[in-house]
Amino acid sequence: MTLRRPTGAVLLVALTGLVVLGLGAGSAAYADARSDAKEQVQFGIRVAQQGLWQEALYRWRRAAEIDPTYAAAFNNLAIAHEHHGQLDEARVSYEQALQLEPDNAMIRQNYDLFREIHDRTESR
Amino acid sequence: MTVRNPAKALGLAGLVALASGCVNFVEIPVETPIQAKLDVSPFSRVLVAGFVSGGSDQVDANIETVRLLRSQLRTKSDLRVIDADPMPLIELVKEEEVGIVQTSASEDLPEIRSEQDLEYYEQVFANVDYWKRIGEEFQNPLIVTGTILFAPQTQSGFVQREREVYDAFGRRSVVPVRTFMERKGFILAQKFIFIDGRTGATITSEGFREERLYNQDQNTPALSSYFELMDGIVPKFLNILSTQKVRGTRVLLQ
Repeated sequence: MTLRRPTGAVLLVALTGLVVLGLGAGSAAYADARSDAKEQVQFGIRVAQQGLWQEALYRWRRAAEIDPTYAAAFNNLAIAHEHHGQLDEARVSYEQALQLEPDNAMIRQNYDLFREIHDRTESR
Repeated sequence: MTVRNPAKALGLAGLVALASGCVNFVEIPVETPIQAKLDVSPFSRVLVAGFVSGGSDQVDANIETVRLLRSQLRTKSDLRVIDADPMPLIELVKEEEVGIVQTSASEDLPEIRSEQDLEYYEQVFANVDYWKRIGEEFQNPLIVTGTILFAPQTQSGFVQREREVYDAFGRRSVVPVRTFMERKGFILAQKFIFIDGRTGATITSEGFREERLYNQDQNTPALSSYFELMDGIVPKFLNILSTQKVRGTRVLLQ
C-alpha cells in the first residue's frame, strides 16, 4: 500500500472538519456553562425564598462567574446585594445585566425601583 | 381543537406554561437597609428640644412636631427619648434667654410668615453655651431642634381631571379634561439641626420641603394637612438617626 501525499482539496476538507468540530465543542462548552449556571440560579432562588439571602448571593455570584453572559444571574445578584444594603455592588450588577439584555423589561423595572432608593441615598 | 373564546385560550396557554415549567420569573419581597447618616453611637439619649416655628396660627407646629418625632423615635430608634416640655424657642428668644444678637428691641422680632423670616432665628442654634447648658441639664443627649414653616398656599393653574361621559346608547366612558383651577393647600419646610449635648456644637443640619394642594371643594383641616406632609418628612428624618429598611418587591429571573 502506498500513501499518496494529500491534495489541497483533502487538506481543505480536513481543515473545515476541524473548525466545525472546534465550534461544536465550543458550543457544547457554552451549553454546559449555561446549564451549570442555571442550576446555581435556581438553587439561589429556592434559598432566597426561604430567607437565606447570604447563600443565594453566593449561588448567583457563582452563576455569574460560570457564565458571564447570563443576564438573569447578574439581575438576581443585584437583588441580593440590594437586600444586603450593598447599593454600589447592586448598581454594578444591574448595569451588567442590562448590558447583556438591554430590552429585558423585568431587569429594567428592577433597576428603576433600585434607582429610586439609590438616588435618595446619593443625594444625602 | 379550536378555541373560540380568546380568554379561555389565554388561560389554557397559561396553564400549559405553568405545567411545563415555562414560568421563568419569581417575585420576591426585599428589604433594603439604608444606613443612618449620622453616627449616634456616642449618645444613648435624644432630646427633641423644640423648634422655631411659624407660618400658620391654625397649628402649633412646634408642639405637634416634638410629639410626633418623639413617638417615632421611641419605636424606630435605639436612642432613649427624653420626655420634657417642648421648648418655646421663639419665646426664649424674645425673653433673651437664648442670647440672640439683636440690633433692635425684642418686640421687633419678625413674625414668621416665610422661609426668609426664619433665617433671622438661625443664630439661636449657633449659641454653643446655651445648648451646652441644655445638654448638661439632660445628661449630654443628642439634641434635635431646628425651624419649621407650615404655611397656607394658593396656586392657580391647569389641572387634568377625569370626566364621565355617556354616548347616545347610554354607554359610560371617562375622558381627561384640562380645567383652570385655583387650588389651596399648605407647605411644610423643615430644617432639622442636630446638636451635640456634650459640647453645644451643631453636628449637622438637614432641610426638607413638602407641599400639598387640594381642590377648592375639598375642605381639609390644617392639622390633617400637617400630618399628611409630615408623612413624607418623618422617614427621611428617621433615616438620619437610624438605619431604616425600605420594603419593596423585585423580580428574580431564571
